[in-house]
Amino acid sequence: MSDLETFRRETRAWLEANCPPEMRRPMTSESDTYWGGRNAKFSSEPQRVWFERMRDKGWTVPDWPKEYGGGGLDRAEHKVLREEMAAMGARAPLSSFGIWMLGPALLKYGNEAQKKEHLPKIAAGLIRWCQGYSEPNAGSDLASLQTRAESDGDDYVINGQKIWTSYANYADWIFCLVRTDPAAKKHDGISFILFDMASKGVSTKPILLISGYSPFCETFFDNVRVPKSHVVGTVNRGWDVAKYLLQHERAMISGTGERGIGRPLGQVAADSVGSDDSGRLDDAMLRGQIAMFDIDEAAFAAVAERAIDLAKAGQSHPAFSSAMKYYGTELNKRRHEILMSAGGIDALEWESDRSKGGARPRAWLRTKANSIEGGTSEVMLGIVAKRILDLPGA
Amino acid sequence: MPLVLTEEQSMLRDSARGLITDKAPVSHLRQLRDSKDEMGFSRDLWKAFAEMGFSGLLVPENFGGSGLGYVEAGVVMEEIGRTLMPSPFLSTAVLAVSALSRGGSEAQKSAHLPKIADGSRLAALAIDEGTKHRPLQINLQAVRSGNGFKLSGAKALVVDGHTADLLIVAGRTGGAAGDRNGLTLFLVDPKAKGVAIERTVMVDAHNAARIEFSNVEVDADHVLGEVDQGYQLLDGVLNIGRGAVASEMVGLSEEVFGRTVTYLKERKQFGKLIGEFQALQHRAAQLYVDIEITRSAVLKALQTLDGDFDHAGAAIAVAKARAGTTAALAVQEGVQMHGGMGMTDQFDIGFFMKRARVCQELFGDSNYHADQLARMKSY
Repeated sequence: MSDLETFRRETRAWLEANCPPEMRRPMTSESDTYWGGRNAKFSSEPQRVWFERMRDKGWTVPDWPKEYGGGGLDRAEHKVLREEMAAMGARAPLSSFGIWMLGPALLKYGNEAQKKEHLPKIAAGLIRWCQGYSEPNAGSDLASLQTRAESDGDDYVINGQKIWTSYANYADWIFCLVRTDPAAKKHDGISFILFDMASKGVSTKPILLISGYSPFCETFFDNVRVPKSHVVGTVNRGWDVAKYLLQHERAMISGTGERGIGRPLGQVAADSVGSDDSGRLDDAMLRGQIAMFDIDEAAFAAVAERAIDLAKAGQSHPAFSSAMKYYGTELNKRRHEILMSAGGIDALEWESDRSKGGARPRAWLRTKANSIEGGTSEVMLGIVAKRILDLPGA
Repeated sequence: MPLVLTEEQSMLRDSARGLITDKAPVSHLRQLRDSKDEMGFSRDLWKAFAEMGFSGLLVPENFGGSGLGYVEAGVVMEEIGRTLMPSPFLSTAVLAVSALSRGGSEAQKSAHLPKIADGSRLAALAIDEGTKHRPLQINLQAVRSGNGFKLSGAKALVVDGHTADLLIVAGRTGGAAGDRNGLTLFLVDPKAKGVAIERTVMVDAHNAARIEFSNVEVDADHVLGEVDQGYQLLDGVLNIGRGAVASEMVGLSEEVFGRTVTYLKERKQFGKLIGEFQALQHRAAQLYVDIEITRSAVLKALQTLDGDFDHAGAAIAVAKARAGTTAALAVQEGVQMHGGMGMTDQFDIGFFMKRARVCQELFGDSNYHADQLARMKSY
């Protein structure tokens, strides 16, 4: 038996023994997950148990080095772990922008002190992070951001406003793009900086969305003092860090949603609309839509697998994450349109115990942001057109 | 297995591409079409194919072939798709070889496989009877008669039917149209009494035939596999064919797309390169993404055929359905973005559109495979 097969067997056994049954059911909403942080609360005992066991193994971040609180798994082992978790429907023990976005950027661009300071806390879920990228007039045109950081001795003094800051009102720290050289060309005067959301001069205001939730905030900085040592990478070269991080964000968003987890759409639809005598869904058009969706979803799973294999073989294009982000988010929107259609009248209920507080329509509305956040579908297509297809202009 | 080609597979691709682009660019098909060539393909080219080992690619080594896998067959099909080279590769080297090596007796294999591998024998698979691909509906009657069977019925869209030295015919020895049981495959000599072959000139200038069978006598040892149990064998062979045609469509889609992107970078209107227009950039980018996804799905399906043949059905359905819709989009966008030029016969793009239409229909279109997938998933 190969080492990998042994690893698979042991991993499966450990997961079986340690993942509580409650943590093997699909999540009902984005809030039904553990985000960590200074003020974190577990929504249930099984959630706490599952998180702590995984944390102790370093498996909140299985592929990070052990010295930074990770599991030290290589690519193949990490894949095995993901597959075994997916096979039993095990939830991620910790949801975290620190894991998905900041961590990879720090591993690549952070200095040793920054890595030692922040990575273990991310792995252990001690600090909840938010991202300060977008501004009211710098959304898709991110590099035109205006929040400025002025040098004052050993500190920067930061003034400006961010928007669409996901969960800023719950976050402990922020990773933030600021303009450190207003005279430079727009990509050349930006720095990537980290600071505590409890700093004097930081305030947040939630934005209510069409889903009835407010996962986003407006975030204001009024003379916030931040030590210069908190800049990640080189001053004025923050755009490199930002771009690298965006690739991870796009990869994360392209995998948004319950794809591959939970009950197949065809079964969900059969439960609500019924089947005819030959076992076919009693709505031929809906059946066709679901079948076409299943085809595209399976094909997308293949391209996601191939993207990893190409990267391993050194054959991937750096802009390919934009292609994945575009298609993955459009697919997720389609999935939720079908879920709404399959649910019919029952899926329209907004506030009731029966509908778990309108979980399905709220999730449907939430997906509409997928093709906007992290770069719109149009921006992604523009990147593919210019960087991969080398089409002219702009 | 990683979803990338191995070094050996890449080398195979390069040598196939070298030969095909050199000897059989699209102008080769055009020339065959315009001269109303009787064979519809080049014997010399098929000989060159055989010399390079392509005709015996799937033939086991002990029968004179290279004993390679379905991924390798797909690699060659993709190159064929890039230039639309007409050849018996699909009918003979993929379908017939698969049917013989998966279902044939030792005697049947040694009678046919070495000759197919050396390029001297061509074969065709005769299945569809109605307007659409419905293998379970096969109803050509095969009635027991003496030591063997008598076949009566008709087949349509038999790829390379009029050039074949050997026909593999699916008929009904029991049950009724729609039944899984009662199907049987036969090896039939196209020169046998009662076989009438009519070459049909197809939209894509590739070879196909309508074949009628009236009381054609077939000996019992020309049954391929077991009597009444032919469906499983046929289904496996069809899945191989579907994977192969999907690969051809990936090659075809990429070629059309490549030509279109090149055109977007050359053609000027309103004082600008048309590739500068965002409307066209976004459509090109969407098509690129579609092709990449489809390429992945097709490679996945072929790897599954090689690694876990009996459970490849769903992956094949996904691949064939995706490849069909992607090819349809690629040729449509190709013609549209080339403007009026795309509509002219003088320009090659139309050839791709016509071939894509045939490939979509072959062995089940996207709707057929979507329906199959839904059945597999029980909804």
